[in-house]
Amino acid sequence: MSKVIDGLYYSETHEWVRVEDGVGTVGITDYAQHELGNVVYVDMPEVDDEFDAGEVFGAVESVKAASDLNLPVSGTIVEVNEALIDEPGLINKDPYENWIVKVQLSDEGELDNLMTAETYRSTIE
Amino acid sequence: MNKETCLHDRHVALGALMSPFGGFDMPIQYAGIVEEHNAVRNHVGVFDVSHMGEVRVSGEDAEAFVDYIFTGNVAALEPGKIAYGMMLYPDGGTVDDLLVYKMAPNDLLLVINAANIDKDVEWINSHAGKFNVTVDHQSDYYGQLAVQGPDSEATLRDVLHLECGDLTFYTFKTMDLAGETIIVSRTGYTGEDGFEIYASHATIVSMWDALIAAGVQPCGLGCRDTLRFEVGLPLYGDELSAEISPIAATLGLFVKLDKPCDFIGKDACARQKAEGSAMKLVGLEIHDRAIARHGYEVLDGERVVGHVTTGYRGISVDKSLAMALVERPVGDLGHELQVRIRRKVFPATVVTKKFYKKSYKH
Repeated sequence: MSKVIDGLYYSETHEWVRVEDGVGTVGITDYAQHELGNVVYVDMPEVDDEFDAGEVFGAVESVKAASDLNLPVSGTIVEVNEALIDEPGLINKDPYENWIVKVQLSDEGELDNLMTAETYRSTIE
Repeated sequence: MNKETCLHDRHVALGALMSPFGGFDMPIQYAGIVEEHNAVRNHVGVFDVSHMGEVRVSGEDAEAFVDYIFTGNVAALEPGKIAYGMMLYPDGGTVDDLLVYKMAPNDLLLVINAANIDKDVEWINSHAGKFNVTVDHQSDYYGQLAVQGPDSEATLRDVLHLECGDLTFYTFKTMDLAGETIIVSRTGYTGEDGFEIYASHATIVSMWDALIAAGVQPCGLGCRDTLRFEVGLPLYGDELSAEISPIAATLGLFVKLDKPCDFIGKDACARQKAEGSAMKLVGLEIHDRAIARHGYEVLDGERVVGHVTTGYRGISVDKSLAMALVERPVGDLGHELQVRIRRKVFPATVVTKKFYKKSYKH
């Protein structure tokens, strides 16, 4: 049973967002890390890169294959989690603790297009 | 609709991640690719490889016929031995790579790739007309297990009661098991010591159950690919294809140009060997954690000089590695190239494809 945390926003492509003061912290869900298996590389964007909602901003590579990362909300990257460069497997240990990027949201209204924990939970059951 | 092997319900019951491969619904992983990979490198693991195809060729021209469609030298092979090689198109492109088991003079078992079964059987039959042979497609009869890893000989003895210490690499024997004749060979696709067992579905299922009950790690196609990749073994569809000859794949050793008969693709291979094929399969070490996957471009400066055939973050070798088909002039060891991985370009060096040392029992 995959862990889903209340209070976060979820995308159909299994990313989560936690929003504080206009900044969204983004990672992949427990369901996603479980489906991928051992994560061996995280391809991350650069700080100041801008993306639209749904746009590919990077990739997570398991042993077997690469999976695109889609940014759930439009905005500008303000921080990347550099711990994942040397230890990508942290995502398997705790995908909610080990976020991938922080993004300055350009439109908080877009959060309404994402799923609540309850809705997301029902899609992966 | 994908076919199922005789062990399909066992895989589902074990909670395997299942995926289509070569027309079959196959297990990709059970515990995880890394754990299964390490079990085979360090101890033992069992694979369901019942998807592989088997074709028995017999009759007074069996050796002459197979020697005509196969790059190895079957006439020179002793009974009880196995030859690895390819069936080729006249232009040197590869129909399939396969094993030929010499059961007896003029009695041969061809073991072919699952994805190529229909194509191969048609190819074999289409050339059999001029020869006095019987071609018997036996894929539906045989199930197959691969027991691989340094503990595999002990596992066969202790769990399956098969004494196989007398077999050396690329030899086999038939054994009688309650009236059924099974085939056990010292072969595999992992770079480790190991065995492959061919038997009826019922026997394969009971052997699988005994191995799992004894604690042998079930292994999926995921780690089968990482294991074969690390020791530089080719996979048809990646490193060999209708467009990739064994000469380009640097498998010329298995093309017996000196055998005393003609074979399909011989002239093309002889010419490629003499003049050098346009493309060449190489190993690449990527100087980054990024991983080069099948189809990614290989560059020499601004110019695209080839593409990646398989790439992984090595498991036994902690590096980002790839096999790639590149233009021959840029394929020398030590040559500095680049690989495009999504929107970035990373430096890579041409290295040997034998990323990890094989451990066979010769």
